[in-house]
Amino acid sequence: MSGPTPYVEVEGLRRLFDVSKPWLNRMIERKPKQWLKAVDGVGFTIQRGETFALVGESGSGKSTVARMVVGLLPPSAGDVRITGVSMTDPAQGAARRQLRRRIQMVFQDPYASMNPRWRVGKIVAEPIRAFDLIQGEAAIAARVGELLTLVGLHPDDRVKYPHEFSGGQRQRVAIARALASEAEFLVGDEPTSALDVSVQAQILNLMRDLQDRLGLTYLFISHNLAVVRHMATRIGVMYLGRVVEIGGGRELFTRPKHPYTRMLLDAVPDIGLTGRQRTPVSGEIPNPIDPPPGCSFNPRCPFANDRCRAEVPALIEGVACHAYQERRLT
Amino acid sequence: MTEPVLSVRDLRVEFATRRGVLKAIDGVSFDIARGEILGVVGESGAGKSVTGAAVIGLIDPPGRIAGGEIRLGGERIDNLPPEKMRRIRGRRIGMIFQDPLTSLNPLYRIGRQIIETVQTHTDLSAKAARTRAIDLLAEVGIPAPERRIDGYPHEFSGGMRQRVVIALALAAEPELIIADEPTTALDVSVQAQIITLLKRLGRDHGTAVMLVTHDMGVIAEAADRVAVMYSGRVAEIGPVRAVVGDPLHPYAKGLMGAIPTLTQDTGRLAQIPGAMPRLTAIPPGCAFNPRCPKVFVRCRVERPDPIPVGEHRVACHLYDRAEVAA
Repeated sequence: MSGPTPYVEVEGLRRLFDVSKPWLNRMIERKPKQWLKAVDGVGFTIQRGETFALVGESGSGKSTVARMVVGLLPPSAGDVRITGVSMTDPAQGAARRQLRRRIQMVFQDPYASMNPRWRVGKIVAEPIRAFDLIQGEAAIAARVGELLTLVGLHPDDRVKYPHEFSGGQRQRVAIARALASEAEFLVGDEPTSALDVSVQAQILNLMRDLQDRLGLTYLFISHNLAVVRHMATRIGVMYLGRVVEIGGGRELFTRPKHPYTRMLLDAVPDIGLTGRQRTPVSGEIPNPIDPPPGCSFNPRCPFANDRCRAEVPALIEGVACHAYQERRLT
Repeated sequence: MTEPVLSVRDLRVEFATRRGVLKAIDGVSFDIARGEILGVVGESGAGKSVTGAAVIGLIDPPGRIAGGEIRLGGERIDNLPPEKMRRIRGRRIGMIFQDPLTSLNPLYRIGRQIIETVQTHTDLSAKAARTRAIDLLAEVGIPAPERRIDGYPHEFSGGMRQRVVIALALAAEPELIIADEPTTALDVSVQAQIITLLKRLGRDHGTAVMLVTHDMGVIAEAADRVAVMYSGRVAEIGPVRAVVGDPLHPYAKGLMGAIPTLTQDTGRLAQIPGAMPRLTAIPPGCAFNPRCPKVFVRCRVERPDPIPVGEHRVACHLYDRAEVAA
C-alpha cells in the first residue's frame, strides 16, 4: 500500500443484531432465528489529521460503524485498527488501554451525554481523573479552565450546571470533555444535528479550528450532506449497512458515481437551488431484516438488471455498482 | 387583488407564568394567498410553531392571544368560541405535524380514521366516505390504496405515515393547511417526495399552505414566499428568491451565511455570535441588537417595524429612509 500508514484502518466490518422472537414463540411457530445485518463488509481508512465522513439515511448503519470504531460495540466480524492496534484482538489488550484515551466520542444530544447533577468543571475533569493524567486539584482546575477557553467558553463557566447552558454551549462542553484526555481522534455522531443552524455553524467552525490547532483526526457521522461536504476531506456513502461509494469530498459531490449517491444529492433540499425542478425520487429504504437479494439498492435503481438482483456488487475503485463497472450508467 | 386566504395582523401571543408575562409572539403580520406556500423559518424559540398554533386556535392556557387579528377568508377567527372554532379546524384549516405517529391513533385502521374525518366534515354516506378515503390515499401517493386502507399505522413506514396524515388533513378540502415541520422526522429522499406533494396541493387545489420549518433548504425549494422569524417577530418577509438569495436583515444574512450548501465550497461559515435571547430576557429595542454586527444607538431603544424595501419587508432601522439618508 502506498502513502503513510493510515491512522484508522477498518476492514470487513460486520455487525449482526439478533431480532428474533423469544425462544418459546420460535419453538411454537417453528420460526428460525432472525438476524439484522446492521453493517456488512464495511472497510475504509482514515489518515492522520483528516476528516472522514460517513453519510446515509436512517438505518444505513453509520452510527453502528461509529460505535464499533470507538469500541463501544464489538463487531461480529472484521477488525478496526487504530495506529496499528487492533480493537478486537484480545492479545493487544494492554496496547488498547493505552490507546483508549486518544479516542473520544461527541454525541448528538449534549444534554443526554452529561450528568445533570455535576458541575461542568467536574464533567470536563472526569477524563483527566479517570486516566490519572494530572495530579493535584489546582493543576486539574487550571487544565479545565484551559480546555473551556479552548472551546470558546469562560473558565468561570466551570461552576455552572449543564442546564444553565444553551445547546450549542453544551456541545462545546462535550468537546472540551473529549479533549480533556488529550484525545487525537474524535468520533462525532451527528454532533450538530440537534442544534439550530446559526449555532451549528459555530460548532462546525470550532471543530475545524481545533483540528487545525491540535492536528485532530475526525470520523464524522451525519445525515446532512451539506454539513458533510463542508467538513470532510473524504466521504463514504452508506446504504443498508454497506458502503456504496467512497471518495474525495469535492469529487463525490461534483461527479457522484453510484446511482444512490446521485439520487441522494438530487433529493436534498438546498438553499442554493431555489425553485429547481427535481427528478422524483421513488421508493424508500427497504426493511433491513429482509433486504432485497443482490445489490440492496436494486428496487429503487433505474439501472438495475438481472445481475443487480442476484449478485452483491463489490466496492471497486470506490464504487459498489455493477452498472458502473459495466459502464451502463448514463 | 383577491382577498388572501389567511391574513394575520399584529398578532400577539402571551404566556402568563409565575415569573411574569412572556411574549411568545409580538406583533406578527402576514398574508397567505390562494395556492401559495408561505414558509415560516426561524431557530428554536423564534415563535414559528406558536404562530401556527394560534392560527388554528390551539393555544392552551396559560397561553392566550393577547392582541391582533386572524382572518380566514376575510372572516375573523381568533375570537370565536371554542365550539365554532372546532368546526373550522379540520374543515377549513388542515394540520400536519412533525411526527406522523402521534397524529394517528395506533389502535384504529387508517381507513377508519380518514372515513371518520370525512364524515365529520361532510354528509357523505359510509360507502361514499370510504371511496373518498381511497381517493385521498391515492392522491397522496400511497400505492394500492384499496388494500392499504385497512392497514394500521404501524404497518406504514415514516414517509407513508406522513402521507396518511396529509390525506387526513385534506379530507375536508380545507382552504388552508398548516404544516409544522412536516419533513423534519423523515429521511432526505422521502422528504423530497413530501415537498413535491405539498407543492402539488397548492397547484391542483389552490390550497394555501403555511409551512413551518427550521430547514432553509426545504423552504428554498417548497415555498413561494418566506417569513424569517426572530424572538417572536418577523424580521424579514418576501419572495423566497429574494429573501434566500439576497437577504437584507442582518439576522437573515447571518442565517443564510451559516448554512453549508451543496453547490459551493465554503471556507468558514459565517457565524452569528451568541444565541437567541430567552423569552424572559428579550432586550429592549430590536431583539437582535446584542448579536447584530451593524447595531447602532437607535436599535437599542426603538423597536423597528417592518418597512417595505423592494420586494422585501424588513424590520430593521438600517433600511429606514431617514437612516439611509444620514
